[in-house]
Amino acid sequence: MASLQSLDIKARSATSFPTPDVRGGQAVEVAKLIDVGRCIGCKACQAACMEWNDLRDEIGTNEGSYQNPPDLSADSWTLMRFAEFEENGKLEWLIRKDGCMHCAEPGCLEACPAPGAIVQYANGIVDFISENCIGCGYCIKGCPFDIPRLSKVDGKAYKCSLCSDRAAVGLEPACAKACPTQAISFGTKPDMLELASFRVDELKGRGYKEAGIYDPPGVGGTHVMYVLQHADRPELYQGLPKDPKISPLVYLWKGLAKPIALATMGLAVLAGFFHYVTVGPDTIDDEDEKAAERDIGPKGRAAE
Amino acid sequence: MTNSWTDIANTDLAVVMGGNSAEAHPCGFKWVLEARSHRKAKLIVVDPRFTRTAAVADLYVPIRPGTDIAWLGGLVNYLLSSNKIQHAYVSAFTNAPFIVKEGYGFKDGLFTGYAEAKRSYNMASWDYELDDKGQVKSDSSLQDPRCVFQLMKAHYARYTPEMVARITGSPRDKLLTAWSWIAETSAPDKAMTSMYALGWTQHSVGSQNIRTMAMVQLLLGNIGVSGGGMNALRGHSNIQGLTDLGLLSNLIPGYLTLPSEHEPDLATYMKPRGFKPLRPNQLSYWQNYKKFFVSFQKAMWGEAANAGNDFAYDYLPKLDVQYDLLRIYDLMHEGKVNGYLCQGFNPLQSAPNKAKISTALAKLKFLVVMDPLATETASFWEDHGEFNAADPAKIKTEVFRLPTTCFAEEDGSLVNSSRWLQWHWKGAEPPGEAKSDIAIMAGLHLRLRELYKKQGGAFPDPIVNLHWPYLRPDAPTPEELAKEINGYVVEDVVDPKDPQKKLLTKGEQLNLFAELRDDGKTACGCWIYSGSFTPKGNMMARRDTSDPSGLGLVPNWAWSWPANRRILYNRASCGPDGKPWDPKRTLIKWTGSAWGGFDVPDFPPPSNPKLGMGPFIMLPEGSARLFTRAFLKDGPFPEHYEPFESPVANPLHPKVGPNPAARVFKSDLAVFGKPSDFPYVATTYRVTELFHFWSKHTRINAILQPQQFVELSEELAKKKGIAAGDWVKVRSNRGQIRAVAVVTKRLKPLAVDGKTIEVVGLPFHWGFTGLTKKGYPSNVLTPYVGDANAETPEFKAFLVDIEKTSPPATA
Repeated sequence: MASLQSLDIKARSATSFPTPDVRGGQAVEVAKLIDVGRCIGCKACQAACMEWNDLRDEIGTNEGSYQNPPDLSADSWTLMRFAEFEENGKLEWLIRKDGCMHCAEPGCLEACPAPGAIVQYANGIVDFISENCIGCGYCIKGCPFDIPRLSKVDGKAYKCSLCSDRAAVGLEPACAKACPTQAISFGTKPDMLELASFRVDELKGRGYKEAGIYDPPGVGGTHVMYVLQHADRPELYQGLPKDPKISPLVYLWKGLAKPIALATMGLAVLAGFFHYVTVGPDTIDDEDEKAAERDIGPKGRAAE
Repeated sequence: MTNSWTDIANTDLAVVMGGNSAEAHPCGFKWVLEARSHRKAKLIVVDPRFTRTAAVADLYVPIRPGTDIAWLGGLVNYLLSSNKIQHAYVSAFTNAPFIVKEGYGFKDGLFTGYAEAKRSYNMASWDYELDDKGQVKSDSSLQDPRCVFQLMKAHYARYTPEMVARITGSPRDKLLTAWSWIAETSAPDKAMTSMYALGWTQHSVGSQNIRTMAMVQLLLGNIGVSGGGMNALRGHSNIQGLTDLGLLSNLIPGYLTLPSEHEPDLATYMKPRGFKPLRPNQLSYWQNYKKFFVSFQKAMWGEAANAGNDFAYDYLPKLDVQYDLLRIYDLMHEGKVNGYLCQGFNPLQSAPNKAKISTALAKLKFLVVMDPLATETASFWEDHGEFNAADPAKIKTEVFRLPTTCFAEEDGSLVNSSRWLQWHWKGAEPPGEAKSDIAIMAGLHLRLRELYKKQGGAFPDPIVNLHWPYLRPDAPTPEELAKEINGYVVEDVVDPKDPQKKLLTKGEQLNLFAELRDDGKTACGCWIYSGSFTPKGNMMARRDTSDPSGLGLVPNWAWSWPANRRILYNRASCGPDGKPWDPKRTLIKWTGSAWGGFDVPDFPPPSNPKLGMGPFIMLPEGSARLFTRAFLKDGPFPEHYEPFESPVANPLHPKVGPNPAARVFKSDLAVFGKPSDFPYVATTYRVTELFHFWSKHTRINAILQPQQFVELSEELAKKKGIAAGDWVKVRSNRGQIRAVAVVTKRLKPLAVDGKTIEVVGLPFHWGFTGLTKKGYPSNVLTPYVGDANAETPEFKAFLVDIEKTSPPATA
């Protein structure tokens, strides 16, 4: 079996020169399959994601739903979204694990102006390289699934990495490892498609005539796929887009606006330089300290 | 469980009723999905709420809380009237043909023998007709009007689909679909599994809820077979171990019973425990009771327990009444309890009517809490505003907190729902001053022993003579205790036919409970665990996943009580001729000379099927009981009784509403609410994200379910002007709580007896300690009434009112 790991980078944000490819394209494409028909919404995937990636979101409040935290955040890379759907007197509780879809044609990477802040490995994983992120948030605009979130602590963008660090040593993502009902599976994309078609047949056998695979072609297919009971109506699953595409604005930005914006950024750097020369360095005052404390908590994270 | 988690993968139909296994047992629930993938099995969920389990079910049937017996009684009627039972199984393996003696009857909601003043039955008439040899009379044609089959048929004829729909609120079409799917498993090669939990036990008719489904499973021939069974899904990782080891107030380990005060000596105690067979050629395994009992006494008191003193029978306490949870807090509330050692328990959250518990704890002189966490009980005296209003200055109770290790910080064994004793090894050192429960108990015992040795006292013998053979008396090891529980040889035993031949050698571990003796030559802490730590070593530590059966029996993975048997009553997986009902799911079979196969036979291996020994060897009649002889306190057949707080009169017999034999104290009868004041039915439950009142202390769980909520239907929300996310107040006749509203399609109004009944859902995890937002225990609201047999409180059905309110100031 070919290795699921990949050290080769297929695409790199804001970079026009070719990426290194010395390993001769040995990498296989990976995929995570989320079978909504087997999901019980237990949130073990959310817990495992927090554990493995060392993330701790705020302890929030209940806002009238099982969905907690209420939305994705820089500290919540995956989230069970709960939808109650009733048709012809039959109630369904559609529970979808939301998170990065790892598009074959990633809108985030396309939109990102910071060289090397977003990379796509040859195995298909789209990863944010935080140290290169400038926190502009363009990836959020570029994402047809509304996934990345900016951190209140360091201002950079974060999202699911498909546990690229685990995949690099041949392990499945933490969420797939933790899932008690095998609703989440991980392997090569062809293997996952085969498993998906088996699961679709199972759903059809149980009366879900429109069951199918969600691997939207508008973004070149994804490396996170769903098996849906109602594949004809993905929007039932808390707004999963029916035909996601990269916004035309992103291409506009790439073709025309980006050079202007980069020039503006350059000017900002220059302005900063002159500010330093003429006014002096910025200092951190008490207000800034308090604001930071609010964001990371008084004891930092030592208490966990 | 009669079967095991892994065996659920072999089922054709999983019925989750009285439980919510996807929510409460997500890891075990995967076996249901395995059965679906590999056997095209179906899943039915019957629940007041559309749960996480219902989210993946093939059929969901709503039901009013507390009406399961009506639903299942209707199913019994449906199976009998449509002739969808496994006849060969029923006539050979159950007591259907047995004749019930004259005098037994049932009229207007009451069985014969009821004494209203005592709220209890004289059960004498609930018995079989015996012949002059003391054997049960029987009619194999099942036609005698006094045979169990005919009495059962008559009893449940009242439970028509119309009547059941009227009582339960289950829509008639869904009811009949569910029943027809269930009825299909009466085929000998089809099996259905019943998966239940506290949704059945926490009712004033809890035991009878379970029994009704057991009757269904017997009629369908689904007991003892792979993929079948009555499967109690336990709520804590070791709650099975708790009951096995007799941690209930009337038990001693291995389901032996404590003597009553009317049993002053061993001979009197043994008299009703003889268990003579009631039918020819039956085993009646409890005839060995004395061997288990004497060996237990030897394990407890060593040489101090001997033939000369009835094996220290006098050392055992003799019960005047049953000291169950409800009774103890009632006594505490009356000021009759001075001290309380609270170990691994959080009664302020867990026991009914929090106000009563709180007052009771304040009347103690001292309270010792042994727990890894600072629980609400240990902090009952702290003032937390409306979440726990208390005036510490007025509470005199002295509270001691003894921090204990948690499961991951100690070696030992846990018994899971499958009856598997699985050894585990500690993963971390305990923090701070935490000590294991064993070390704390040992320290307590050694000090008490010193005091009794020095000061004497009225009866110091049971304390000073306690057998304490551990290498380090202040810290017995889990292995030492496990070996003692398994049992060992106290004195050599020789073959009576050949004195040269030694059968048992002094000091050696026992291989199995079959070696136990009633002459004091063996010691055994818990007979059903005998075989778990043998001369070959610790069987519980085995981790071999090989499975020659292909049925998930995994015989060398850990150890399953009794005798490493994976499926109880497995003799019933074969017909009377000894051939498996379903050869594809062979557990055991008669090989011509002995019983053999993949599982350990639940039967004497040499017993030829021709001898006609019944598969239910623990019963003196050898047959399973559709009619229970004098045993359960509230009737030989389950009958539908309303919850103590119910929105309707009992449609079957309006004069007898709730269970006439349930456990209820006089002072508590006064605080039951009426439907005119509290029009909505409430039920309590847990959610996956939190485990009871523990995991709210860990950050990740707190993030996933940070705040208390209450669930209600869209219809009720509209009526009351409540929107999702609003604060609501829920009141019962005992108290009130405030929480955030979750408005959902998953709760629907039910049509019950001509009325529209709304159900309010109360998940119960929050309190005033931990990392989640502060909340109220749902037991502020719950009624103080228990099941007639197990005394389990009725947390699953009671009355409340609900209205919109403002958030609490201190939330």
